[in-house]
Formats: sequence, C-alpha cells, structure tokens
Amino acid sequence: MIIKQLTVFLQNKSGRLEELTDILAKNNINISALSIAETEEYGIMRMIVSDHEKALEALKAAEFTVKTTDVVSIQCPDIPGALHETLKTLTNNGIDVSYMYGYSNGGTARLIMKINNPEKAMEIIENNL
Amino acid sequence: MIWNEPKECMSRDERKADQSKKLIDVVKNVYHNVPFYRKKMQETGLEPGDVKNIEDIEKLPFTTKNDLRENYPFGLFAVPKSEIVRVHASSGTTGKSIVVGYSRKDIDMFSEVVARAYCCTGVTKEDIVQIAYGYGLFTGGLGMHYGAEKLGATVIPVSGGNTSKQLDLLQDFGSTVLACTPSYAAYLSEAIDEAKIDKKDLKLRIGIFGAEPWSNEMRSKIEAGLNITAYDIYGLSEIIGPGVSCSCEMQDGLHIAEDHFYPEILNTETLKAENPGTIGELVFTTITKEAMPLLRYRTRDLASLNYDACKCGRTNVRMSKIQGRSDDMLIIRGVNVFPSQVESALLEIEEAKPHYMLVVDRVGTMDTLEIQVEIDDRYFSDEMVELNKVRQKIKRKVESILGISVIINLVEHKTIARSEGKAQRVIDKRKI
Repeated sequence: MIIKQLTVFLQNKSGRLEELTDILAKNNINISALSIAETEEYGIMRMIVSDHEKALEALKAAEFTVKTTDVVSIQCPDIPGALHETLKTLTNNGIDVSYMYGYSNGGTARLIMKINNPEKAMEIIENNL
Repeated sequence: MIWNEPKECMSRDERKADQSKKLIDVVKNVYHNVPFYRKKMQETGLEPGDVKNIEDIEKLPFTTKNDLRENYPFGLFAVPKSEIVRVHASSGTTGKSIVVGYSRKDIDMFSEVVARAYCCTGVTKEDIVQIAYGYGLFTGGLGMHYGAEKLGATVIPVSGGNTSKQLDLLQDFGSTVLACTPSYAAYLSEAIDEAKIDKKDLKLRIGIFGAEPWSNEMRSKIEAGLNITAYDIYGLSEIIGPGVSCSCEMQDGLHIAEDHFYPEILNTETLKAENPGTIGELVFTTITKEAMPLLRYRTRDLASLNYDACKCGRTNVRMSKIQGRSDDMLIIRGVNVFPSQVESALLEIEEAKPHYMLVVDRVGTMDTLEIQVEIDDRYFSDEMVELNKVRQKIKRKVESILGISVIINLVEHKTIARSEGKAQRVIDKRKI
C-alpha cells in the first residue's frame, strides 16, 4: 500500500535527534519504522509514524525542516530470496527504487520503498506477487 | 643601516614643511589635470589656493575604491598616456579590477621606498633575495624586485608557487632573504621539514612578508620554522604597492615613507582625525606621485599611528600592524572576498535562502571558507541525491563568483541567527 513517510532534515549536532523524539513523545506519536541517511554535516531522517499529519504540524511548529512523501509499503515472507523476488518483479517492469528500508518480525518482513511512480508499483506488486 | 637618512630622519617640523609644500603641489596638479578631482573640489567650493599647509588636508575630498572602479581603466591619470611606463591592476572582486599607472618618476620612487624597506630590515647589497611574490599585474613581485635591484642585492625573480623549485633555489643559490606572503612562508617552512632539508644548510636570515594581515604569533612561528627574522611590509597598489611602510629591527610598528604617502587615521564613524595611538581607518594621500595621485584614499584597513622617533634612528611616523578592516572584506588565500558577493550569488539560486554564514578557518597553512546556507523548505528532498545536487549547484555558483573553492554546508531552517541590525555574517577563526 501507499503510505505517508515523514522526512526530516537534521543538522549533525549533538542532541538534535533527541529534540525530535521529544516532540513526538509529547504529542503521543508512535514511530513504527525509521532510517537515517547521514553525511558529515547533516542527516535525513525518514520515518513512518502513527499520525503523520499531527507529527508534521508539531515538527513544523518547532521549526524543523520536514515534509511528507508517498512511499510504498509491502509485506513479503521472511525467507531467503523473498526480497529478491520482489525487486526482480519491479525491475522487470521498469520500476526503480530510490531508497528502501525494512525489518522482519515473526515470519513476515515489511519493506518501505521510495519509488518515483508508487501507483504503478503497487499495481505491479498486486498483480504479480 | 638607513637608506636615505635625510628623508627618513628629518625633524617633525622639517617633515611638516616638506609635506605641506608637496600637498600644495599635488592639489594643484589634480585640480588641473584630473576632471574627477576638479569636479569633487568644485562641488564643495574648494579651490587649490585654499590648501596652504598639511593641516588643510582635512578640507580635501576622499577617494574610494569605488571611485577607481568607476574611472576604470585610465580615468584618474594626471599625465598623458605617453608618460605612463607601467600599469598594475588589483584583482577585481566585485566587477571590474582597479588600475594604477606609473610614470618613470613613479617607478623610481617605488624602487626607492622598497629599497628603504629592505634596508629597514637589515638587507644589504651582499644579500641574495628570493622573491616569491607573484610577478604580473599584482604589485608584489615587480615592486620587491625593483627595490632589491636599487639596493644592489642579487635578485632571484622566481615568482610565487612552484614550491620544489623554491626549495632547490634556497639550497643551491644560498638565498639569504625571502620575500613573499606570510602564509606562503609558513607553507615553505613546512615543505622544508617534509623534504627533510637541514635548516643549518640554508643561508636564509631575513624574511619580508606582506600583502596579508598576520599576527605576531604567526611571525614567531615562521621565524622558528625558517630560522630567520621576519619583517612586516605593507602596501597597496592604489597607493604604490609594497613599500608604503615596513617594520624595522625594533619590531615596533611599520615606518611609513611619509615624504611620499601622507597618512591619516580617521574615526570610522565620523571620518574625523583620531589621536595618535587610537585605532581607526588608515587614509593615504600620495603627495609626490605623478601618474595617478590620489587624495585621501580610504584603505579600509584599521591601524594606529605613532609619531615618536624610533630607537632605530628613523623619525618617520610608524603605523601599527593592520588590526582589521572597516568594511567586511576578507582576504582568503590572498583573494579578496566580500560577504555581499556570496549573498548576491545565493539570491540567484532559488533553492537557497539568503541566510548564510561564512566560516573562515586556517587548516595547517591553508585558509578554508565554509558557507553555511539555509535550505529552502520547498526544495528539501527526502532523497540524498537531490540534496547533493542543490549543494553542488550552490557551490558552483559561489565559486564562479569568488574565484576560490568553498565548502557548502546546508543547515536547518532558521538556525542562522536573524538580526534586526547589522547581521553577523562572518566567523573568522583564523588567528590574525
């Protein structure tokens, strides 16, 4: 399915990430998945949260540089080769992945993928997997 | 040794009489030969005859870098072009460069004041002078060259850069004097260590460094690194080039060749004269130049003046080391940088906001310029590739305008302090 991801620009300075989680905690927002891409000077934090609209509002109010992005979330079996099958299907249908992150827990794996055309990707996944 | 004792050691009264006479002449000259000055004087109802002695200098109009730019290239020349024997130009930071012309007599005077500077530092005709200032439009190389020849020293006109060649010459020719920028001297000192050259094998004894502000701490470091005594030489092409002033063995200020360049120190707000010893903007009037005399040229350099006779025997006024700038110009790796140039570059890039901070630092002997830029929310991307594209775009734009390489750092929205008054745009971590 297509879900909203929250993306936050984080300057690489001590305590900045903690300031962000503090705001989310105070607003009773739960994080279900996250990844951080970092450079020497800054990072991009991407996360899936329980209430992205509320989180967006709260972080903007606290002067964070933040936006929401559509990402594709899919489930696949937690077995060797399952991710490969998924990516092969996407590749064969001309779909490229900009970035992804995922986790597995109790027999299933969940993947979050940034794809330029999420609707088309969903259609392909639903028809093929 | 003093190169020209009558000129460098006259009493303050003699000095005043000499300067008064020369000022009267130069005012007449520019009034009749430079339309720019005639117009400026007429605007305030000033006639050449109103200037009767050196104290009347405060009646005269100022000249700024912008005036030189607006009269680019030859608009301020006071002699026919056939009388010009050389032209120098300074690097154009915002738009056009500024041009300075010299007559035969000016070149002689230039050589004379540089010869005095060499003498001031203890250089004699027995010395071998390695000139590692750039030769060309920049006045450093040729200025130091002519002065050393006038003195009768042996000149090695190696020019700037080419460090391995510099090291070869230092060893093979036994250079005893090095003339270059202080940062290049520091760099050479490191290069000598890296090449494992034994300093005892070098004959170097004196360094004459200028064209950049530097601290006493840096002087000590260079002196230890090169096993020399280092001296400070000051100048600017608008006035002549190097040799406007130079420190002596007392290391207590720089002796100004005030029989040619009349200095004033003015309060940066009121532009009125400051008392001796007080820091203000250094302003020069060239009282003997033929080709391009300047009245009250505002250098924007901050310094103070000391009229006490020096223990070295010279009586000419001494200026302090340059304490900073009255505008926001930075000198980074020898290149003049104005924060406003960065601002105008950023304004042309829609992804960046015009909120920025320049962080200047010195890593080893190299100056670095980091520009922190706030990213515009609309262009913030969840993809690293896109953010890097924004960064590269800003980097290319800024570098094309400044002419030096920069480090661009994207920072969070509103992290650069907003100010209602004059914004703090520069953090200079260099110790100068």
